Amino acid sequence: MWLTFLHMFRKRVTIQYPEEKAKLPPRWRGRIVLTRDPDMGERCVGCYLCAAACPVDCISLQATEDENGRRYPEFFRINFSRCIFCGFCEEACPTYAIQLIPDFEMAEYNRQNLVYEKKDLLIDSQGKYPGYNYYKVAGLAIGGKDKGQAENEDVPVDIRSLVP
Amino acid sequence: MATIVIDGKTYEIPTGKNLLETCLTLGFDLPYFCWHPALGSVGACRQCAVKVYKDENDTRGRLVMSCMEAVTPNQRISISDPEAKAFREQVIEWLMTNHPHDCAVCDEGGSCHLQDMTVMTGHDYRRFRFKKRTHRNQYLGPFINHEMNRCIQCYRCVRFYKDYAGGKDLDVYASKSNVYFGREEDGILESEFSGNLAEVCPTGVFTDKTLKEHYTRKWDLTMSPSVCQHCSIGCNTVAGERYGTLRMIANRFHGQVNGYFLCDRGRFGYEFVNADKRIRQAWTGESVVSPEQLLNHMAPAWNQSKKVIGIGSPRASLQSNFALKALVGADNFYHGVSDNEHDLADLAIRIFREGSVRTPSTREVEKADAVFILGEDITNTAPILALAVRQAVRHEPGKAADAVHIPGWHDAARREMAQQSKGPLFVTSVHTTKLDELARDVYRAAPDDIARLGFAVAHRLDPQVPDATDLPEAVAQLADRIAQALLAAERPVIISGACCESGCVMKAAANVAWALQKKKQQTGLVLTMLECNSLGLAMMGGHRLHAAFNAVMNGHADTVIVMENDLYRHGKADEVDAFLSKCQRVIVLDHLLHKTVSKASVIIPAGTFAESDGTLVNNEGRAQRFFQAYEPTDIIRESWRWLLTLGHRIGNSRMAPWQNFEDVTLAMDREEPLLRGVAGVTPPSAFRIAGQRIARETHRYSGRTSQQANINVSEPKPPEDPDSPLSYTMEGFHGQPPSSLIPYFWAPGWNSVQSVNKYQAEVGGSLRDDDPGVRLLEPRTEGTLPYFVGVPERFRPLDDHLWIVSLHHIFGSEELSAHAPSVAQRVPQPYILLHPSDAAALGVETGHPLVFTIESQSYRLPVKLSDVLPVGIAGMPYGIDGVPYADLPEWAIVPRGNQRQNLNDLSYAKRHA
Repeated sequence: MWLTFLHMFRKRVTIQYPEEKAKLPPRWRGRIVLTRDPDMGERCVGCYLCAAACPVDCISLQATEDENGRRYPEFFRINFSRCIFCGFCEEACPTYAIQLIPDFEMAEYNRQNLVYEKKDLLIDSQGKYPGYNYYKVAGLAIGGKDKGQAENEDVPVDIRSLVP
Repeated sequence: MATIVIDGKTYEIPTGKNLLETCLTLGFDLPYFCWHPALGSVGACRQCAVKVYKDENDTRGRLVMSCMEAVTPNQRISISDPEAKAFREQVIEWLMTNHPHDCAVCDEGGSCHLQDMTVMTGHDYRRFRFKKRTHRNQYLGPFINHEMNRCIQCYRCVRFYKDYAGGKDLDVYASKSNVYFGREEDGILESEFSGNLAEVCPTGVFTDKTLKEHYTRKWDLTMSPSVCQHCSIGCNTVAGERYGTLRMIANRFHGQVNGYFLCDRGRFGYEFVNADKRIRQAWTGESVVSPEQLLNHMAPAWNQSKKVIGIGSPRASLQSNFALKALVGADNFYHGVSDNEHDLADLAIRIFREGSVRTPSTREVEKADAVFILGEDITNTAPILALAVRQAVRHEPGKAADAVHIPGWHDAARREMAQQSKGPLFVTSVHTTKLDELARDVYRAAPDDIARLGFAVAHRLDPQVPDATDLPEAVAQLADRIAQALLAAERPVIISGACCESGCVMKAAANVAWALQKKKQQTGLVLTMLECNSLGLAMMGGHRLHAAFNAVMNGHADTVIVMENDLYRHGKADEVDAFLSKCQRVIVLDHLLHKTVSKASVIIPAGTFAESDGTLVNNEGRAQRFFQAYEPTDIIRESWRWLLTLGHRIGNSRMAPWQNFEDVTLAMDREEPLLRGVAGVTPPSAFRIAGQRIARETHRYSGRTSQQANINVSEPKPPEDPDSPLSYTMEGFHGQPPSSLIPYFWAPGWNSVQSVNKYQAEVGGSLRDDDPGVRLLEPRTEGTLPYFVGVPERFRPLDDHLWIVSLHHIFGSEELSAHAPSVAQRVPQPYILLHPSDAAALGVETGHPLVFTIESQSYRLPVKLSDVLPVGIAGMPYGIDGVPYADLPEWAIVPRGNQRQNLNDLSYAKRHA
């Protein structure tokens, strides 16, 4: 009885959710988002690695290309009613596009509403990995970046030159 | 057989191979790039290093490139030696110094030989910190995408394109680490085999541009074994589907038919399946109807009609044609081909069944040491056969290499030794063919003159054959030369076919082959056909198309079912018009909109090859099965299934017990004497491996619970396949199934198409448990047909007339592939090809319109000139939009007066100049 009484003066562990929000660490695996690169271009290049890594096969997408050769997903769908928030997709992503963020507030009364399309997933932020721009490293020429303009690239070879 | 020791273990292996092939056959994973089973060795990439020891006391050994080292008895080698392993890893590291950071946006990723080999060697960390060299890409046409940064300089592309396929416009430029593989300048790749670059290239330099339009990784495709529908060779393909559309066609290795390669028509023609012109709804003259309404509409109409006739199709499967035949009755079943085509296909069957000469497979043509082509332009009508002939001419020069013990796989050395010398190849044709450059002699003449040459050659081989009299001196000498060359060969092959549309040329070819057979046991005779199932349809028996026209015009029948056939491609427009308008009901089953469909009163949506199961008979008489790649959307069904449903509804007693594909096939096997054995082409649909179906999807397939979640979050039950032992899901057997059921090639560690090595009993040889398909036509050994007699008369030009022949084009002459957007870009404009002297006589020049009539059908086509065309003959492209059908070859009447008037029509001339 006395012990119980003492506990009344202790700091409370229980928080008054939802009035008070839980504090989540930045690496907490919650809602999945698609991020943008520093130039605000879509980071996702539609490589299908997240979909292949997904153990419950809840990601599907279709890659397409803009007129300058930059790839992006035509549609990108995650069925969150199947997602187990394992983070494999984030691990597989070669462009830091898909990220799990510290947010779990996505409960729905209707299961159909848990199917997120690209418009629901894409955010205007770089997420946890600021500064990375896949196309600055890749050898592919896209609009605004020609051959030889990526990091660590020489200018294109002049194949008609005879200079050794 | 010899014994060799690999890493201390003893193996029994055949000799005559190189070490790399041997190690791969034994199941070792040894990395390689420049070696290819069809291209041989050059030793360019230094990737396949192994240690070879002098004897059992030798502990140091020496590093050798296994692809350049012949197997010798009692050899001792090591693959896992640390020094050899380190060497291989280092080579990859060098190759990767300039490889871009591209895999995520590279179409090769997931089926990339470079990825596989990098993982296999264990190289994983980049130490090179300097700049990467870069290259600019080229536009290479609608089929192939170029991304030169990814190149690892293995030289496979130019070795395939130039050395193997005889292309002229892909080469290697610049030097040292700057070498560049491409064209001299941007432009469309000219070779008919350019699509193979996507498979031959071990990285993503050359990739399939049509796949890029709707890109899907290999692991995400639902794949099934299929057979190419675009010519009579019947190459085996893999058809891959995703999200309800066909995404790509890849080569499916077949040791006898297509080997490792496909032509561009076969590889890129598939897009007609996704075309906007697809028929996806049933229609009854008033409105779009459901299947049930359709059957309710059809059944009473059927009973009311006087008689129903069925017109089959040479591009539909055996099952569909057989179901139609059963539905309307054998007496009312007509072949939907022109009478000439009908006769030629019947003639081919007669030659093969009653003659003494066997028809060889494409692989056997590759091994021929003398080839005589009569009248066919095989590069355009049966491209893979032309590729085989290109290999065949290497045999005779190869004998010199054999004499100095250069083995067959030592490609670079053998080519160096052969230089420009070629084996005996004789090409006779109406116009130039791409094989002319390899031929020892080329003879361009009218089909009748080609037949005369054939008779003359046969007469020289066996005097029993009637000779062609009063041959010009030069032609007689040519006949002597051809006869001598054929007699000097071990395995001569005669090639002709239905595409030059002349029965006497085919008869002459048969005479040559039969006469030769008496002296050379291994003679072969190849006859190409016009469409993928021409021979199968002919083996089924049925009446001529004109008989169908007569039946309706004379009032014996009033309803016609046209199945997967555009009659305007097989009959003259005015006749077909009259026929279709006389019919009370025209029921058309097809998958694409065409002119016949527009005249139909009932349209039923049929499935394409990707949505159907079926069997085709290729020009070799080989029955081959293709499988449904995916369940069709909307109410599309296979033609045979529609006909079966209809048969059940109208109470056709013969069709009553048939429920599925297997029932139809078994009935056909029983009832059609020439098709006996077709049921054995694949294992039955109840076939299981360890109780499991064979999965059409890879174990890495993705998106199962999300693909259709936008429609409904609860996943639907996957479709079940009642017709085959394959499943539509990733659940099932993923190992090596029987060869006719291989949906895709994959082996652990081998994601690229190179994994086919693991499916072969011996690398480069046939598939394990033999190549798929059943040969239905074998020659008779005794009591064979007598020689054909009736040597045609010499061709004589007529004033004011032109003898019109068909010229075939790889892109455009075949109906279905021309609907693929990429192929459509390569289809030529309509034209009429004239000899300059004929053009001068008619007063026309290049680009001018020429007005002429063929059997009262008038044409107006822009003129093209060619000085190699025989005088008095004109060539017209076969099957191209804008060139109405005529039963060729035929005389055209050219009214002279009209030409003058047409010359004034400058706007027309300018448009076509």
